[in-house]
Amino acid sequence: MVDLSVRIGGLTLANPVMPASGTFAEGLARVIPLDRLGAFVTKTIMREPRAGNPVPRVAEAGDGMLNSIGIPSKGVAPFLAETVPFYRGYGPPLVVSISAHSADEFAVLAREVTVEGVAAIEANISCPNIEADGRAFAMEPGTTAAVVERLRAATPLPLWAKLTPNTGDVAAVARAAEAAGADAVVVANTILAMSINVESFRPTLGNVMGGLSGPAVKPIILRMVYQCARAVGIPVIGCGGISTADDAVEYLLAGASAVQVGTASFIHPTALTSVIDGLEGFCARRGIDRVADLVGAVAEGPVAEGPAAEVAW
Amino acid sequence: MSTTALADRGYQAEAAELELPVVSNLPVNGEYRHLVLEAGAPATLAEAGQFFHLLCPASGADRPFFRRPMSTYRADRAAGRIEFLYKVTGAGTRGLATLVPGDRLNVVGPLGTGFRLDPAWASIVVLGRGVGLATLAPLAELAASAGVRVTAILSARSPDLVMSADRFRAAGAEVFPVLDSDGSSDPGRVGKLVSGLVRLGRADAFFTCGSNRLLALMKRLGREHGIPGQVALEQQMACGLGMCFCCVRAFEVEGRHVSRRVCWDGPVFPLEEAVSW
Repeated sequence: MVDLSVRIGGLTLANPVMPASGTFAEGLARVIPLDRLGAFVTKTIMREPRAGNPVPRVAEAGDGMLNSIGIPSKGVAPFLAETVPFYRGYGPPLVVSISAHSADEFAVLAREVTVEGVAAIEANISCPNIEADGRAFAMEPGTTAAVVERLRAATPLPLWAKLTPNTGDVAAVARAAEAAGADAVVVANTILAMSINVESFRPTLGNVMGGLSGPAVKPIILRMVYQCARAVGIPVIGCGGISTADDAVEYLLAGASAVQVGTASFIHPTALTSVIDGLEGFCARRGIDRVADLVGAVAEGPVAEGPAAEVAW
Repeated sequence: MSTTALADRGYQAEAAELELPVVSNLPVNGEYRHLVLEAGAPATLAEAGQFFHLLCPASGADRPFFRRPMSTYRADRAAGRIEFLYKVTGAGTRGLATLVPGDRLNVVGPLGTGFRLDPAWASIVVLGRGVGLATLAPLAELAASAGVRVTAILSARSPDLVMSADRFRAAGAEVFPVLDSDGSSDPGRVGKLVSGLVRLGRADAFFTCGSNRLLALMKRLGREHGIPGQVALEQQMACGLGMCFCCVRAFEVEGRHVSRRVCWDGPVFPLEEAVSW
């Protein structure tokens, strides 16, 4: 039997597959057994209630999607009163995604969600920082370090920093998060993008610009996971265009210790359980006893001959 | 037994992702097509007003990425079928139109919250237009099984586009087709027809779908006469399960605007809270 468990900081997950924040909610329980998942990651909450962005909030973009949802949120009180208790009824650990427009507000919210039933905090530091002219915290190592230090001081829970791909040096940002006390980095959020309808001359999103996700971004984010995994000692959680077990294996080989499945769940609500089943099947087929053995196992260097050198057309 | 099977024991999905065989996919008039799929539970347990999320196949240059939500025209448990009426309007429905018997279509469902009949209602008025006629059709049998008398006002541009009339008649409803081609679909004339039904005591509740003007009309008449109602609404969707928050619309609740997810809180909403667009 394949051991699918992985360790992320102080947390042991039954398997390395969890939903990406913003693509998961209670409704998925209608279609798949939630107890199968490695962890739950809730949609990002901010302290105050928010309406979100104007529609259209999503658009198709080739083999991917653009979104600008705008973090609509009921605020922290209903989250603690309704959402956290819902997930207490299940086995997998609950990871709460939080965001804020300042380091102070981030710290307050981290304290507020440090309650029984919450196993870890994922800090969505890819959102605009009003103290840095609206630039996302995770665009710079300095602002990343500053906010992660405040978060680290605010909560004893395992702390995951969700990084943005919209930066010149994601490995430097990951190092800054590690140095400031993050227990893991999630690589990455969506890629800033836009599209325009040539019939109407209008942007396809109500908010004009949004984030690109789905299969289209996978090679880019995979490269970032590879870079981050080589740069830090803490676990990297891969998140970008994972739809199949093979995609998950690719991320593990690149150095991810666990993966998040996001956009794929919108197309196939069974994507999360399919990836878990497929991972188990892959390991069994390849005679791999522990899925953790795949982490960072990418084989580099030239291949002179053998099956790996053969190209199947 | 594997760990997987152990963890799944006792789990019962309310909705499922299914690959369903196509039974038929034929035009019903100059604009709409009728898609019939072979299905079992939970798909055939779809309630009136619930929808399915269809993974429309690629065709020609079209590569639809998102699923397309489609209201259930009929869910027939005994025959083991679910049915849809659709009009080809874009990349997704162009793909649907290519399906032939023996193909399989990936569907997720049934999804959403459907129509509800209050046991206190003896008679209802159903007013629909366009593809809304397909959405309202399952009300015919739902009302008949509850012993509720139905008057169905079916609005269309021309006689050949009046869909679901046979469904309503077969279930014992009185049917009034109203048409653009003879001017009978004018909201003023439809309003008089509905007001007449109110006076006759045949309108304990209103049900509508498919037209902004008819929604506004039913909402106004409902307010004037103190008659409750339900409306089925559409919005672009991604997940269909209340996770992505892209299909929101504004509703009016006690004088305040609130945002609701069409896929999760609806697609059927109280008429008095709906905001015409």
